[in-house]
Amino acid sequence: MTLIEDHVVTSTPASTSATPARRATRLRARLRGWLPPLGVFAVIIGIWYVISYVVLDEQRRFLMPPPDKVITEALLDPIAMERMSVALLRSVQVAFTGLGIAIVIGMAWAIGMSQARWVERSLFPYAVVLQCIPILALVPLIGFWFDFGFVSRVIVCVLISLFPIVSNTLFGLQSVDRGHHDLFTLHHASRWTRLRKLELPAALPAIFAGLRISAGLSVIGAIVGDLFFKQGDPGLGIVIDNYRARLQSPELFMAIILASLLGVVVFWFFGWLGKRVVGAWYVNERA
Amino acid sequence: MAVPAAAGHAPTTGSVLGFRDLGKTFPDGTTALENVDLDVAAGDFVTVVGPSGCGKSTLLRIASGLEAATAGTMEVSAERIGYVFQDATLLPWRTVRQNVELLAELDGTPKAERAKAATAAIELVGLNGFEDHLPRALSGGMRMRVSLARSLTLAPGLFLFDEPFGALDEITRERLNDELIGLFSSQRFGALFITHSVSEAVYLSTHVLVMSGRPGHIVGRYEVPFDYPRGPEVRFTPEFAALCGEVSAALREGHS
Repeated sequence: MTLIEDHVVTSTPASTSATPARRATRLRARLRGWLPPLGVFAVIIGIWYVISYVVLDEQRRFLMPPPDKVITEALLDPIAMERMSVALLRSVQVAFTGLGIAIVIGMAWAIGMSQARWVERSLFPYAVVLQCIPILALVPLIGFWFDFGFVSRVIVCVLISLFPIVSNTLFGLQSVDRGHHDLFTLHHASRWTRLRKLELPAALPAIFAGLRISAGLSVIGAIVGDLFFKQGDPGLGIVIDNYRARLQSPELFMAIILASLLGVVVFWFFGWLGKRVVGAWYVNERA
Repeated sequence: MAVPAAAGHAPTTGSVLGFRDLGKTFPDGTTALENVDLDVAAGDFVTVVGPSGCGKSTLLRIASGLEAATAGTMEVSAERIGYVFQDATLLPWRTVRQNVELLAELDGTPKAERAKAATAAIELVGLNGFEDHLPRALSGGMRMRVSLARSLTLAPGLFLFDEPFGALDEITRERLNDELIGLFSSQRFGALFITHSVSEAVYLSTHVLVMSGRPGHIVGRYEVPFDYPRGPEVRFTPEFAALCGEVSAALREGHS
């Protein structure tokens, strides 16, 4: 952080009126930010083509269809795309329901642990156990108990995305400055006031860091859980597996790309949301 | 060894804080304070100067009630206590105004009343125009002013200062010293100020106590003969230099 005595260091970014010259500089800066990843993207596409056309002969080209085939045979095929978007939507519902439940449970769990040592001592080991269990090993059991529908899939998502929320929220709640606690103690703040006005706001950056990880995990849970259930309404995971079984490789690639995009969008969204909520005051060392 | 007091500062109107034979031993067995006698009356600016780790801060934590003494007695008659910490301890998600209002908010003061108190306090520390800034947009000196304003909203009878300017650069520190003298001259609260700077101690105070460490006890008491409000010119008077010399000597003696 910059410190200049008796001068305001930053003004609110939103209020700066952009002159055309400044706007041009900003555009150039943004371009400079986008260019390197775009370059890498071009290289990846290039390698993909090389594999499709040079490494693979025609009989084996289905293993890695060239990008243009993925576009013409999958993306531009309305029937395939409809099937995929319905599946995508279903996976999104599963992932978000699971994430929502994980947020509620995870934060309540962490807040409970932050309120008393004995609660933390009793419950934290189980958060760690939760993290250590290979959740996918539980999938058959969950299916056995709750059938193979929506509920089971949501449970898998909750289990898989719970830990980062619990641990990050707890870490955030406990990282409050001692001086701030003293200040609240001096004014006889109740537990609830302390939580609401001090601990929770202070924990927000950590909570958002956890949310971002959990959101990505919930997408993984939705798609990988799907692969195991193989029954009920198909989500993206089942669709991917079907395309694999039928050797429909352009569609397979398209479905995988969609699943990846979902993960990226979710990760990006929570990053953006976190920046919206705490970006004004929280100074991230890496930003 | 005490310098005779000139009839400078306002007559004292009763004690706001008194320590008698105060001691503090931590659970791990280390004794932080021993046989500390100390009085702060309304209109007194008492500064404790001592090396780091001599238990000065513990003194304030006990005075504020954050920690309990393990020996001796303490009397606090000030109704409200302002505590200015080493760091500004501002909540980074709150604006200047919201930070200044925090304590009154925690005390359950009605909204209109605390807004009024905050406006007045912000005015007193000269931060008008910065009400809506977040702490990260302020310099270290300005943050400390916000912290001061936050305590001023309480209209405290006793002000505790725990090396509040220790982390600031020399110029900012001197400026804030002058502003604090201005505040003290007009408000005349009782103050207990902790520092390790001899010149800061002498410049600000009506009384300077020298503390020596392990366990912390008071080894010298001095009265400062200058009137309020004081200006920087005081620093260049022979009396000031002589008093600083005496305090420094006592510090060295206590430390060896």
